[in-house]
Amino acid sequence: MEMTVRDYDSRMKDKASKKYGTFSYLPPMDAAGIRRQVDYMIQQGWNCAIEHVEADRAGDDYWYMWKLPLFGERDVDAIMNELTSCREANPANLIRIVGYDNRRQTQGQSMVVYHGA
Amino acid sequence: MTTKTYDAGVKDYRQTYWDPSYTPKDTDLLACFKITPQEGVPREEAAAAVAAESSTGTWTTVWTDLLTDLEYYKGRAYRVEDVPGDDTCFYAFVAYPIDLFEEGSIVNVLTSLVGNVFGFKAIRALRLEDIRFPLHYVLTCGGPPNGMVVERDKMNKYGRPMLGCTIKPKLGLSAKNYGRAVYECLRGGLDFTKDDENVNSQPFMRWRQRFEFVAEAVKKAQAETGERKGHYLNVTAPNVEEMYKRAEFAKELDMPIIMHDFLTAGFTANTSLANWCRDNGMLLHIHRAMHAVIDRNRHHGIHFRVLAKCLRLSGGDHLHSGTVVGKLEGDREATLGWIDIMRESFIPENRGRGIFFDQDFGHMPGIFPVASGGIHVWHMPALVSIFGDDAVLQFGGGTLGHPWGNAAGAAANRVAVEACVKARNEGRNLEKEARDILTEAAKHSPELGAAMETWKEIRFEYDVVDKLDAAVG
Repeated sequence: MEMTVRDYDSRMKDKASKKYGTFSYLPPMDAAGIRRQVDYMIQQGWNCAIEHVEADRAGDDYWYMWKLPLFGERDVDAIMNELTSCREANPANLIRIVGYDNRRQTQGQSMVVYHGA
Repeated sequence: MTTKTYDAGVKDYRQTYWDPSYTPKDTDLLACFKITPQEGVPREEAAAAVAAESSTGTWTTVWTDLLTDLEYYKGRAYRVEDVPGDDTCFYAFVAYPIDLFEEGSIVNVLTSLVGNVFGFKAIRALRLEDIRFPLHYVLTCGGPPNGMVVERDKMNKYGRPMLGCTIKPKLGLSAKNYGRAVYECLRGGLDFTKDDENVNSQPFMRWRQRFEFVAEAVKKAQAETGERKGHYLNVTAPNVEEMYKRAEFAKELDMPIIMHDFLTAGFTANTSLANWCRDNGMLLHIHRAMHAVIDRNRHHGIHFRVLAKCLRLSGGDHLHSGTVVGKLEGDREATLGWIDIMRESFIPENRGRGIFFDQDFGHMPGIFPVASGGIHVWHMPALVSIFGDDAVLQFGGGTLGHPWGNAAGAAANRVAVEACVKARNEGRNLEKEARDILTEAAKHSPELGAAMETWKEIRFEYDVVDKLDAAVG
């Protein structure tokens, strides 16, 4: 293991230093990785929703909803197809998948899956 | 209707306070004591003495007893049980009518239940193992100023445990150097940093300067990473006027969270501060200095599950819970018992976890357990498995001790927690596959790799002192 001291290269004006919540410190997930996380949300009984926003507004609580949350949708393919549609319609925007937990009135998950063009 | 006449003198407690035929009411406050009696004192007499001395009784009959209805107001010992594996002591269950206690006053409940009775000569040792607060009483308490759901929304953190770090050295840093350490941790990926409990306002770093430099650190790290951050500004103070002054200044600086030590400062101060936090939209982190003095001895004192219940009722949004795996005492099943007490709405009786009564918190919000003390990246898989998402995992030495500094240490912890959550969600077994999960994640994170190398040999394998009572063999 290389143990020479390294610089931590986060910079105020570097776009790559911006983080967007859970999983943003891991390498970007491919489609198969996203599917596994969506499947977990469905298994938890959460309702998936797709939301998007311009990069400079990523800190806002409220992003644009893509249509309505996919209430009761248990088909991973259907959710992945909506994700693709949202991305095609908003190629410059960040896109996140939210798992709404209506029983606990919270978001069980919220993960950014695309970072925009 | 029989009338009573005054008969001066000393009676056995059990004539009045032992009632095995009593069925507790839903509104009763119930307590389970572990009693170690003096030699020759029968169980029923010792149990009745505890019920009497913690409610209406005193050592002799007094004529004013006849001016009230003691049958209504008295506490009753209604059951005794063996303690598994220990014949020096036994459990006594006592029921108290709800109107013995002022509404919303944990102070009043404790002054009765763990007051003079603990010094009572007829018993050698006494431990309050659990309290069932009736829902009627729970709803008179303010409870957490925000609760877990609100905190997640305010901090914008979902789907994973949050990460923190206590700034070290505990004492002696100047405010500006202290703020530097905070900034480095937060820019590296932690959600929170924390004042050590004994950082109040010492000569080397007065509270106002600390708050100002920390605020700059928090704001800069937020701007740099785009994520919301907080530092638990410790407002524990020598008096409540000073405590409020510090809390107000934290609010003025637009900080999201403050902290308090509920045992050393006391429940009156804590409940007032929780009320202030509720009124001012401030999160409240609670440290538990002094708890081990009270809760560690298996035969005497108050069990931590009782202190945790009391804190949830008095008010706080975070409470230290122990880690199970780190440097501080904590049995796994017992810890799972009291983290349920912090987080859940209804906790059923479960002797396997040391829970003696069903406890209903109704709509009272849950609080985040905080796992802190001697933990590092190698513990992450076990911590995520034990605590789930609703916890704050705090790595002090495990962040600041990274060979490349705080930011790298923070990033290592953040990568590790995200890798564990991702793996868990994919159906992998965190505790069995711990090494593989961390090793895979370190391929993309030299910071994690260096942390794993640094702490690969550390173990904290001592037996716990306060074990759950269980028959041996």
